[in-house]
Amino acid sequence: MRSPRKATNKGSENHHNEGPATAALLRLGRYLTRAESSADLHSVHLTGGREGDAFYRDRWSHDKVVPSTHGVNCTGSCRWNVYVSDGIITWESQDPDYPSVGPDKPEYEPRGCPRGASFSWYSYSPTRVRFPYARGVLVEMYREALKQHGDPVTAWASVMDDPMKRLSYQRARGKGGLVRVSWDEASEIAAAAHVHTISRYGPDRVAGFSPIPAMSMVSHAIGSRFMALIGAPMLSFYDWYADLPVASPQVFGDQTDVPESADWWDAAYLMMWGSNVPVTRTPDAHWMAEARYRGQKVVVVSPDYADNTKFADEWLAPHPGTDAALAMAMGHVILTEFFAERQVPYFTDYVRRFTDLPFLVTLTERDGAFVPSKFLTAADLGDTGAAEPQWKTVLVDDRTGEPVVPNGSVGFRWNEHDQGHWNLDLGDVVPRLSLLDDPGHEGVEVLLPRFDADGVLRRGVPAVERGGQLVTTVFDLLMAQYGVRRGELPGRWPSGYDDPAEPCTPAWQQEITSVPAERVTRIAREFAETAEASRGRCMILMGAGTNHWFHSDTIYRSFLALLTMTGCQGRNGGGWAHYVGQEKVRPLTGHQTLAGAMDWVRPARQMIGTAYWYLHTGQWRYDALRNDELASPLAPGSLAGTSAADTLAQSARLGWMPSFPTFDRNPLDLVDEADEAGIDPARHVIAQLREGKLGFAAEDPDAPENWPRVLTVWRSNLLGSSAKGHEYFLRHLLGTDANLRGEEAPPDSRPKSVKWRDTAPVGKLDLMLAIDYRMTSTTLFADLVLPAATWYEKHDLSSTDMHPFVHSFNAAVDPPWQTRTDFEAFHTIAKRFSELAERHLGVRKDLVATPMTHDTPGETAQPGGVVRDWRDGDVEPIPGVTMPRLTVVERDYPAVAARLATLGPLLEKLGATSKGLTYDVGEEVNWLRAKNGVATTGAGRGQALIDTDIKAADAVLALSGTTNGRLATQGFRDLEKRVGTELAHLSAEHEGKKITFADTRSRPAAVITSPEWSGSESRGRRYSAFVINVEHRKPWHTLTGRQHFFLDHDWMHELGEALPIYRPPLGSHHLSGGQGDAAEVTVRYLTPHSKWSIHSTYQDNLHMLTLSRGGQGIWMSPSDAEAIGAKDNDWIEAVNRNGVVVARAIVSHRMPAGTVFLYHAQDRAVNVPRSEATGKRGGTHNSLTRLLLKPTHLIGGYAQLSFGFNYLGPTGNQRDEVTVIRRRSQEVRY
Amino acid sequence: MRVMAQLAMVMNLDKCIGCHTCSVTCKQAWTNRTGTEYAWFNNVETRPGQGYPRRYEDQERWKGGWERTAKGRLRLRAGGRLTKLGKLFANPELPEISDYYEPWTYDYATLIEAPLGDDVPTAAPRSAITGEPTQPTWGPNWDDDLGGSTEHGVKDPIAEKLRDELGIQIKFEFEQSFMFYLPRICEHCLNPSCVASCPSGAMYKREEDGIVLVDQDQCRGWRMCVTGCPYKKVYFNHKTGKAEKCTFCYPRVEAGQPTVCAETCVGRLRYIGVLLYDADKVTEAASVADEHDLYPAQLDLLLDPHDPAVIRAAEAAGIPHDWLTAARRSPVYQLIHDYRLALPLHPEYRTMPMVWYIPPLSPVVDAVSESGHDGEHRDNLFGAIDALRIPIEYLAELFTAGDTEPVRRSLRRLAAMRSYMRAVNLGQETDEDIPASVGLTGEQIFAMHRLLALAKYDERY
Repeated sequence: MRSPRKATNKGSENHHNEGPATAALLRLGRYLTRAESSADLHSVHLTGGREGDAFYRDRWSHDKVVPSTHGVNCTGSCRWNVYVSDGIITWESQDPDYPSVGPDKPEYEPRGCPRGASFSWYSYSPTRVRFPYARGVLVEMYREALKQHGDPVTAWASVMDDPMKRLSYQRARGKGGLVRVSWDEASEIAAAAHVHTISRYGPDRVAGFSPIPAMSMVSHAIGSRFMALIGAPMLSFYDWYADLPVASPQVFGDQTDVPESADWWDAAYLMMWGSNVPVTRTPDAHWMAEARYRGQKVVVVSPDYADNTKFADEWLAPHPGTDAALAMAMGHVILTEFFAERQVPYFTDYVRRFTDLPFLVTLTERDGAFVPSKFLTAADLGDTGAAEPQWKTVLVDDRTGEPVVPNGSVGFRWNEHDQGHWNLDLGDVVPRLSLLDDPGHEGVEVLLPRFDADGVLRRGVPAVERGGQLVTTVFDLLMAQYGVRRGELPGRWPSGYDDPAEPCTPAWQQEITSVPAERVTRIAREFAETAEASRGRCMILMGAGTNHWFHSDTIYRSFLALLTMTGCQGRNGGGWAHYVGQEKVRPLTGHQTLAGAMDWVRPARQMIGTAYWYLHTGQWRYDALRNDELASPLAPGSLAGTSAADTLAQSARLGWMPSFPTFDRNPLDLVDEADEAGIDPARHVIAQLREGKLGFAAEDPDAPENWPRVLTVWRSNLLGSSAKGHEYFLRHLLGTDANLRGEEAPPDSRPKSVKWRDTAPVGKLDLMLAIDYRMTSTTLFADLVLPAATWYEKHDLSSTDMHPFVHSFNAAVDPPWQTRTDFEAFHTIAKRFSELAERHLGVRKDLVATPMTHDTPGETAQPGGVVRDWRDGDVEPIPGVTMPRLTVVERDYPAVAARLATLGPLLEKLGATSKGLTYDVGEEVNWLRAKNGVATTGAGRGQALIDTDIKAADAVLALSGTTNGRLATQGFRDLEKRVGTELAHLSAEHEGKKITFADTRSRPAAVITSPEWSGSESRGRRYSAFVINVEHRKPWHTLTGRQHFFLDHDWMHELGEALPIYRPPLGSHHLSGGQGDAAEVTVRYLTPHSKWSIHSTYQDNLHMLTLSRGGQGIWMSPSDAEAIGAKDNDWIEAVNRNGVVVARAIVSHRMPAGTVFLYHAQDRAVNVPRSEATGKRGGTHNSLTRLLLKPTHLIGGYAQLSFGFNYLGPTGNQRDEVTVIRRRSQEVRY
Repeated sequence: MRVMAQLAMVMNLDKCIGCHTCSVTCKQAWTNRTGTEYAWFNNVETRPGQGYPRRYEDQERWKGGWERTAKGRLRLRAGGRLTKLGKLFANPELPEISDYYEPWTYDYATLIEAPLGDDVPTAAPRSAITGEPTQPTWGPNWDDDLGGSTEHGVKDPIAEKLRDELGIQIKFEFEQSFMFYLPRICEHCLNPSCVASCPSGAMYKREEDGIVLVDQDQCRGWRMCVTGCPYKKVYFNHKTGKAEKCTFCYPRVEAGQPTVCAETCVGRLRYIGVLLYDADKVTEAASVADEHDLYPAQLDLLLDPHDPAVIRAAEAAGIPHDWLTAARRSPVYQLIHDYRLALPLHPEYRTMPMVWYIPPLSPVVDAVSESGHDGEHRDNLFGAIDALRIPIEYLAELFTAGDTEPVRRSLRRLAAMRSYMRAVNLGQETDEDIPASVGLTGEQIFAMHRLLALAKYDERY
């Protein structure tokens, strides 16, 4: 609606008949002004006088509006309009122009949140990094050395070789003293440090950390590409952030694949479980609010009265971390009422086709009963004719009672013989769910672990003998695990829902969670009834509240079980909806290709971030937790007496997980040695390992030759945001002051296979380089700080899980002051690096050790999920089978800058690969040559240019199926051959569509259905994961090809997690609620995602600080506050073994007693005083946390339990922590 | 009959997620400058809570709005013109900066400039007004999400009123927790007490669209408008010495764009539309004796845009054709008049506010669900309305001067829509008794659903 602007404006001035005197005044007034009054003297109508309006018109005027977005790992990927006036960014507001999702649904517009709305504050704020900075102490020594030596690399080496010099600048880290330097000098220092480290210690002693490609793909890819070209590992982030739901690879064989938020609309029943949608998915929350209006029921499970509780029909508040108990009880009700007492055809048909429930599992005798062991395979049946029989699982055909080997298991995936049979086609076979239906079954007792109490469960399953072994089905085991009694099976069973003693009844969970049993029963029933009525349109929207725990994989598996047993996966409106981290790079193949420099050299070094930090920040030295404490009461004992560092070393040794630095020697030198000796480098390595002359770095991480030396952090505030064990980073990695209070593990709790050096190294890193536009803990502690362009000053691409579009960042203004885009910054460094490499490195050969990887034939390296260690003599060390794959690659160091800027020849030779499919991209490479131009000189001569951010963006888009219909269709045609069913029609409608950067700039571009993902957007459909699997019988990328309830790897049994189970959070026994001294209280310490920041971004933004409490705040319950005598806004200190936090108390009755929140991620750069406990500056939210590794996350080489970058790896969980809180002196000092 | 056009807004609180995007986009566009640091033309309050500025609803203290005299006349609560003249230089009813909050900033520069010292640099807080070191002790959103509830929430004027006058005790306890958000802009009232309070005649209500503005040339900074506005939505710019307030984004509205707060609302809960009203009846409507009659009186002021007589009178008054078309399609009119979902904020201030609110549903109390009943099931539906966590009396104090019936009707209609549409969602037969029980037809429920749930851009504005 447009307001008419009249040529002559009228105004009105309201008055009222307030009293006789006023009325007289007003009546008089009528004759004094040339205005028209109303009869009741209510108003006076005036004309004109609106010149004062000009003020706001001027304020509103602007010169241009440019679309862009924010690159901040919030999953928003929102489209914003940036307003520019006089060359200055003035403000931003959302661009509501999105492609429609259909006439019968709400729309995506307007995506955004208050944090994004405040972004332009940074552009000209006093915390903006405008120039390059360097640590003054270091730069002075470097300049002096350069004067002396004349060569940057030699100069750098001379400073590093002087222990006193090294100590002096490391001790100065984080204490101010940054000085301005030029870009030339900064890039020279950075380049010299890289060259020196590669030459002296090896390229795997350099590392790059930059998370979440989807939030700005080109900026990520450019640095990652640089690292890949020089041979430096990139560190994973998704597992490190504990955002990776390990249950997803375990159950689905997929990193994370979830519905877009518009699909919430399709759900008939929505549980928000540990995901505070209005706060953490702000732009998407409206879908939930709106779906209620079409009758969606909303259940919130949250330990506090979270923001989303406002929208709930029901609120369940279990004690923090006990969610799995609640879910197991829901499973108990569903399995009882919908599988045992009554069968629902939709459910039984679904679980037969799409889950491992009908598959046979062997039973092994133990203590007069049995324990579940391994999947029965074709090999067990003596079926030697088939290819890869050890990788083909077995079920019973209900019609004949005979075992059959159905299509679809991983044994059908990689061999030529089974081409066309990797599918879920059952033919006439009807999988038998329960062996109760076998007239020859016997009821046998199985022993099952429990962790809620001592002892084990004894429950019966029906079993028969097949292939010479006693077997039962996964379904029968599941019924036993959930305590659902059937027939005359032996064992001890719950007497009913009201039996509190036997897992997993509603009454049992009430004792654990405090949620009333009858509510759980009713909600479970409603959930399944709705799934039955709607054919699988029940959704669990789950998040960090349940995913950041040590045992989150078991929590998630208990949720996934509910969805899978009720047929909700692969349905629009149904399934798991995990949103933690913006992990979905929709143009996946193109990004992976550029980021890994796969066009020039393969493979890239990719490292599991958590393990890297665990070892190199010395946290392993403080970890007294033995794997025995985690083990199942039924554990066979293969992890007995070990600690996390031992399992890490073993996992590296066996080729399960990557490990960088890999060996205790420079991998460039290893090849030279082999060449000199005239033997194959891999054989040289094996020989040296056998002789004990070569060791794995992970087995002696504190040896100086095994330290990481150079770390570059961009697009990230590592130290102030994600660094679990922040204080350990400061002390051991950086070598500066820390508030660390913990003690090292006592001798009897130390690792067995990892060398313990009596003195822990302090200050491992030679150089920390940070690229950022604002000052954070990372820049404050860095040695070099390069000034970055913001998201309104560069070109890039953005995508997310939450919506199906790819859209762009655009420069509203050029980078101001001396700022540069990440793209330009890395080109600057690479140029100087290449120059220095001419003299110091030249062309070298590098030995790259990589693990067996998921979605490659390597995932079938170690059959049976049995641990066989070559070091123990179990097997021979065979690269790529029983130990890491070893590849020799050429490193042309002087060519790095040229290669960075051009698309290399390997693409045309080898194609581009993702998720096991290889795309022929010859046409695309030629198109890029035509569009981007060709390099005419140097090492990239004749290759397509990707020397600008826009050209690189176009390469990402052209090389991906989601943005290039030709590739999507080609990929589906290839997949059709493997699967044997029709798929190409899914993308055929878009075969000619090619999304370019220019397209993403004019409007968010809807992506194309592609084999890169499992959902379908065909004909405007909303994206939901696994739709292709369910509707087109394409297997999941798992052992059985189905969704897994059962995981039979040795280590899964070791930890008692073969089936979904409840495990209590760690550390609960420390909770006291008041320890001795009445002035302190011991509470569970949680760091949920904040309303006023996205991780640490925006938490320093003045607008957000103004709308919140202006600094770090710890939310606590009135009773906990009362216990320490604290009032709202009082200064308090949180102290534990890991560090100290000084914050304000925020006292609220929405908090449960015994738990406090310090919202993630509160850096110490704003308003943090010195602490009473140590006299030093208070810490970040992660000063109270420390890493703990779960051994099962380190499994590899076994189907879906194989490494993939950010697909599988140990998580950096941080919820299982407690802290003491005290009220402190209210006088604070900064 | 004097037909006038008014741009009005409806906010559906049932969809509000309390994200404050509206506040920030408004702030960035209009008030991120010296003199208005503390001013939020748009703010969002957590209720129960004190609001911004603190306890602005306490008119015993702040004397905002109108009061009805014993003779049935209206007078400014802060006193008439003569009283005001006497208070020109010392107005006791003016909130101080501490009632809003003292804006602060930080020593950000120290992060870059700190010389080598013995600890990590940190940016300590400073007053944005004096530049002196300070500590934040109150802000524009201090009690967000029930922060400090046990100390601050009890001072919510409505909670006080419920306790003191109705004996309803709001429990600030975990098990009884509830909250909702109340986004607020200027009400652009039909009977604006701020305009009436201005001694300089600098405030005016635009004839063509009813937007209330301060003439920046005329304003002399007496600040009587600040007192006069019961919503405390006029602010004093301490740099220019002039009053400023929400302009309903007239530079945008005139260009056919929605207000910034509405267009950037990610909850998609704001509607803007044209209302027609009879200007001659405003005084009468604002003067009804019983406060419970104020909401119906305000409804009655609105003219039926489909009525040929109204159309003729409007055309005679010079209202353009496209405005009359817009009035007939007005989503705001539908929500206020046709569905009776939206209610005015504090009608008892007698300013005839023009920003209306759909009250929020909230979880049913455990008592209903623990008895084994599904609060959503239609048999329990209406019982559940009175068992919602948010006491219906609290909402009534906000929107209907304490009359619970209109609030109940609104909530019942929302609940009925959910119940009716559930059958549609599951492909089951619909139960026509459900719309009938709330005085609607199935078609009306569908239309309401379209407006509230689909809420397409072109239908919101």
